[in-house]
Amino acid sequence: MAAAPQQSKIVRWIDHRLPIFTFMRHELNEYPTPRNLSYWWNFGSLSGIMLVIMILTGIFLAMQYTPHVDYAFDSVERIMRDVNFGWLLRYMHMNGASLFFVVVYIHLFRGLYYGSYKEPRELLWMLGVVILLLMMATAFMGYVLPWGQMSFWAAKVITNLFSAIPVVGDGIVKWMWGGFTVGNPTLNRFYSLHYLLPFLIVGVVALHLIALHQHGSNNPLGIDRKGPQDSIPFHPYYTVKDMFGLGVFLIVYAVFVFYLPDALGDPVNYVPANPLQTPLEIVPEWYFLPYYAILRSVPDILFIPAKLAGVLCLFGAIIVLFFLPWLDTSRVRSARFRPVYKWVFWLLVIDVVVLGYCGAHRPEGWFIVAGRLATLYYFLHFIVLFPVIGWLERPLPLPTSISAAVTKKSSAPVAAASSMEKH
Amino acid sequence: MRAAILAGFALLALAAPAGAQDQPPVPRQSWSFDGPFGTYDRAAAQRGFQVYDVVCAHCHSMKLLHYRDLAGIGYNDDEIKAIAASKQVTDGPNDQGEMFQRPGRPFDAFVAPFANEQAARAALSGALPPDLSLIVKAREGGADYVDALLQGYKSPPPGMKMVENMQYNEYFLGHQIAMPAPLAGSDVQYADGTKPTLTQEAHDVATFLAWASEPTMEERKYTGAKVLIFLVVMTGVLYGAKRQIWADVH
Ligand code: HEC
Ligand code: HEM
Repeated sequence: MAAAPQQSKIVRWIDHRLPIFTFMRHELNEYPTPRNLSYWWNFGSLSGIMLVIMILTGIFLAMQYTPHVDYAFDSVERIMRDVNFGWLLRYMHMNGASLFFVVVYIHLFRGLYYGSYKEPRELLWMLGVVILLLMMATAFMGYVLPWGQMSFWAAKVITNLFSAIPVVGDGIVKWMWGGFTVGNPTLNRFYSLHYLLPFLIVGVVALHLIALHQHGSNNPLGIDRKGPQDSIPFHPYYTVKDMFGLGVFLIVYAVFVFYLPDALGDPVNYVPANPLQTPLEIVPEWYFLPYYAILRSVPDILFIPAKLAGVLCLFGAIIVLFFLPWLDTSRVRSARFRPVYKWVFWLLVIDVVVLGYCGAHRPEGWFIVAGRLATLYYFLHFIVLFPVIGWLERPLPLPTSISAAVTKKSSAPVAAASSMEKH
Repeated sequence: MRAAILAGFALLALAAPAGAQDQPPVPRQSWSFDGPFGTYDRAAAQRGFQVYDVVCAHCHSMKLLHYRDLAGIGYNDDEIKAIAASKQVTDGPNDQGEMFQRPGRPFDAFVAPFANEQAARAALSGALPPDLSLIVKAREGGADYVDALLQGYKSPPPGMKMVENMQYNEYFLGHQIAMPAPLAGSDVQYADGTKPTLTQEAHDVATFLAWASEPTMEERKYTGAKVLIFLVVMTGVLYGAKRQIWADVH
């Protein structure tokens, strides 16, 4: 395939040797996309843009940041006070991490609702889970860099989790610290890795996109495209829709950066790290609260001590997502046509919010009970409910094609759409 | 929907660090720097600097500030030079290899009252006064908390056992604070003639400390207004473009 003839000589010369223009035309202009994607499909491109924003602001922060226990805190404050627009870089990066997680979590739950993890998109989904894991590691290590009280104690608590591993645990923890406690070597390696991991994420995102373009996007009906009448080219239709979505998102982002820059953070992190003084409460950033609740709720399980069990469940909560394509036994993708799953999906959303709420509080009294029940439900949902509902549920009849469904707006199956799909 | 999710998570984050149960809520004040258009009241911040300089600076450092930064609350160059020159700064080593004292200059950092933590503890029966550069950002409640704390000294409730050298303070976590009540009213003579009541002094010094915690706040809000106007217009145009391009699909 050659570059389009109407293109300039230079473009054709280049394209003949390095077919990058052909590639772009193929992946953007000709790439067929379902015509019925809702705004829930905006969150993928938003995640990508957030990744770019994080990398750019991060690189400029790195020019001014000093990774040393004696200077890190003050160097971040110097960025805030003396570097031109340093406060903007720092607030964009700090709130960017939070909004990145908002976007990615919505993206992920979109996938759960519309069955985007099912055949033939299993690897696409699993690559997404890898991205989530890398993001979590990146955000955790980034949070340590400003070397405030919460940075230090979060690093201490999270690295200490690995001591739960039998026999080798303590050795692993000291190896990760590079010493006998969280100290300068720890800060330096976290900085090095915090710089590295985002670029690994870029690599995995590339694979994620290759896998996506192999079969194209899923869609709110969850049925395959059957012919040209079901598709529209990505450009200009979805480029303009993504740009509009980006505009709305940037407004929300800007409100946080310019007017609520510390609303999502913990004031204690404006106190310099002090290894001798434990803060009253050690709480992670909001996006880790559900996992933190799981970690802290789990009691001794048989012969496994609570700490190890907590760590296993913490990691299990994400690892289980890898198996979802096989745990879900329903042949129907979209929850729109799954009368039972459609409701059970929202139970999971509520469950995760309850977990987040428990994660923000000491595991005492009701919070233990609620945390344990919510943890139990989380695993029940994936390991038991997914397969069982798939077997027992009787899906609604699927429309014959995307175009048939979207041109006849009042047809019965589409009218059964839940509130999630209001455009 | 997304707004609801965001608001939900914001609430969760705010609910996160719950303090001890018997703390009275910190009273909310109205501040010049509140809200999306709020700016620091220069006169109050200058009075607050006076309070810091005369009272708090005996015990508390403000390492992150330089005398030149005071331009941010409206002091002019001559005033800043005079303020800096009234402090003795340790400099050196000189050609003989010795440290020496000289009057401060605008680029110097605020002079700290104690050379190190040990010196502070030795002078204050073991207590360590925290650096105040970021105190408003570093406490739940911010300026409201600092204001309340400074006015929160009371005699301990009957039956409460006070540790030696500790004062009872309603708003301090655990109520036993090692800082003796720093303000009583009439602690300073305000340059602008304002009456130095306790309430006035507390409010002024809290304003000053709020500015010190985030001197770039005004630039942030001002830039934010411009960015938001741009984004709203841009998003409106994009919405129009989207409608037009999609007209033949729907
Ligand atoms: C005599 C020395 C001294 C003076 C003068 C003094 N402080 Fe303190 N301050 C302390 C000490 C000591 C502490 C630590 C208290 C503790 O941790 O129990 C402290 C703590 C504080 C705290 C932190 C409370 C907290 O929540 O941890 C604030 C805020 C504060 N001082 C503000 C001020 C202000 C404002 C002034 C001036 C009006 C001032 N201080 C004057 C000694 C002093
Ligand atoms: C996946 C993308 C990224 C995520 C999720 C992320 C997350 C974070 C977080 C949560 C913080 C702490 C914010 C704070 O409280 O101050 C942080 C700090 C930091 N990050 Fe990143 N980051 C990312 C990419 C990068 C990149 C690519 C770089 C450098 C090339 C970088 C450089 C820094 C620096 C220097 C800091 C310390 C300054 C500060 O605390 O503001 N980050 N990051």
